[in-house]
Amino acid sequence: MLCVTHHFKPRASAHSIRVFLFALVAIGISYRGAAQDTPLISGGIGFFTSTNAGSTSYLPITEPLLAAPLGRRLLVESRAAVLESISPNSDEERGYEHAHFIGLTYLQGDFIASRHITAIAGYYLVPFNTYNDRLTPIWIGNFQDVPLILPLGILSSGSGLGGMLRGSAIQRNKYSIDYSYFYSARSANEQFSAHRGSGGSANLYLPEQRLELGLSYDRLLQGKHENFYGAHAWWEPRDTGFRLRSEFARGDHAQGYWIEADYRMKVFGGFDSVAGRLEPLFRIQQTFRRDTIASDGLPLVNTQRADFGLDYNLPHNTRILTSYARQFSATGNHNVWETGIVYRFLFPTWKEKQQ
Amino acid sequence: MRSGQFLFGVLLLASVSALAVGAQNGTPVTAPARKATARKQASQPQTDGERVFKQNCFRCHAEPEGFSPSISGTIVRHMRVRASLSQRDEEQLLQFLNP
Repeated sequence: MLCVTHHFKPRASAHSIRVFLFALVAIGISYRGAAQDTPLISGGIGFFTSTNAGSTSYLPITEPLLAAPLGRRLLVESRAAVLESISPNSDEERGYEHAHFIGLTYLQGDFIASRHITAIAGYYLVPFNTYNDRLTPIWIGNFQDVPLILPLGILSSGSGLGGMLRGSAIQRNKYSIDYSYFYSARSANEQFSAHRGSGGSANLYLPEQRLELGLSYDRLLQGKHENFYGAHAWWEPRDTGFRLRSEFARGDHAQGYWIEADYRMKVFGGFDSVAGRLEPLFRIQQTFRRDTIASDGLPLVNTQRADFGLDYNLPHNTRILTSYARQFSATGNHNVWETGIVYRFLFPTWKEKQQ
Repeated sequence: MRSGQFLFGVLLLASVSALAVGAQNGTPVTAPARKATARKQASQPQTDGERVFKQNCFRCHAEPEGFSPSISGTIVRHMRVRASLSQRDEEQLLQFLNP
C-alpha cells in the first residue's frame, strides 16, 4: 500500500519491530569485525504536515536503518518505518482520526562475491528507475510527496522478495556502467509482501560531465502480466550546488515523468553559510492514462503538477522542508501545502574499545 | 488557513535556523566533524576519495556530520551495495572518510 506522502508500506503489526530487533541482536552476537566495521544505526525522525485541498494532516515518523558487516564480504541491512498518521475526520464530523503503522521497508543480506558482483538475498527495494531505490528515505528526499509515477514498475509494494545481482560492470576514468538484475517471488506475508516479477537496470555515468543516464525494465509475472519501462537522467554540474534529476516511466496502462531541480546556494559563502544552507526546489510532473484500466496506482485521469519548495539544511543533520504544489486534472485542481522537519541520526551500535 | 500555514512554516524556518546557527557557534564540534572540515580545507587538489564522494554520494545526499570513525567501514560497504560502487571507489572512499 502506498501512502500519499512518502513511500511507506504500512503494515500495522509489532512483528516488524520484533524482526528488526531480532536482526540487531543476531548481528550483535555474531559480530567479529574490524575497528572500522562496527554495525551502525542510522535513519531519520521527522514530523510532517500536509494541507491538501484545505484538509490538514500530520505525520510523525521514524525510519531506523541498520547496517552490520559480517566478516569481510557480508553485510546485513534493514530499514523500517514507524509512523502515526493524524488526519481530519471525513464528512462533517469534527476532530481527527489517527492510525499507526509499523513496517519493514527492506531486510536483506549482501554478499560481495567479486569486484563486479554483489549478490543480495532477502527483502529488497525494487531497483526500477531511481526514486524507489535511492530517494525514499525521509532524510534524503527533497519533497515530502513522492512523484506521481512512483507506483509504475515497483511491483506494488516497492519491495521484492528473492534475489538480486548488482554491481559495477565497468569502470574507466571517463565513464562507468553499473547494473542490477532481480527476481522476486510472490508473497502474501504481512511483513514481506511482494509480487512475482523480474527485471533489471543499467546506468551509465560520465564523471567529467557529472551526467548519469539509466534504463530500467521489469515485468510483473502474476495476474495479468505487465511490462514496465523506465529511463532517467541526472546531472550535477561540478562544484555548483545544482542538481537536476528526471525520470520517465511507462506501463501498459499509463505513463508519466517528473523533472526536479534543486540548488544549494553555495555562492553566498559556501554550503555551510547561512544562505548556503538554503535549497530552493522545483519539480514538474505529468501523468497520462493510456486506457481506463487503473491497475497501476496512477491518477485516473491525466494529471499535471508543479511543486515549488524551499528546504533549509540546518547544522547537525537537520532539514526543514517546505513546499507548495498546484495539481491540475480533469477531476479538479487543488493546492498542496507542506512543511516538515527531519533529523538524521547516525551512530555505532556500541562503543568500540580504544585500541 | 493555507496562507497562515505557509506563514507559520516561514516563521518556523526562520526561528529554528537562527537557533541552530547560534547553537553551532556555541557548541564544540566533535572530532570527526573537525576532521571533515579540516579535510575540506586541505583538499586542494581534490583527493581521489573526495572525488568519489562528490561524484557518487553527493548525487543523493549531503555529507553526514560528525560520525564515529568506528563505523566508516560499515558506511562505505553499505554505500558500495546501494550505489553499486566499484572496489576501487570503495577503497578510496574509505581512505577519505577515515584517513
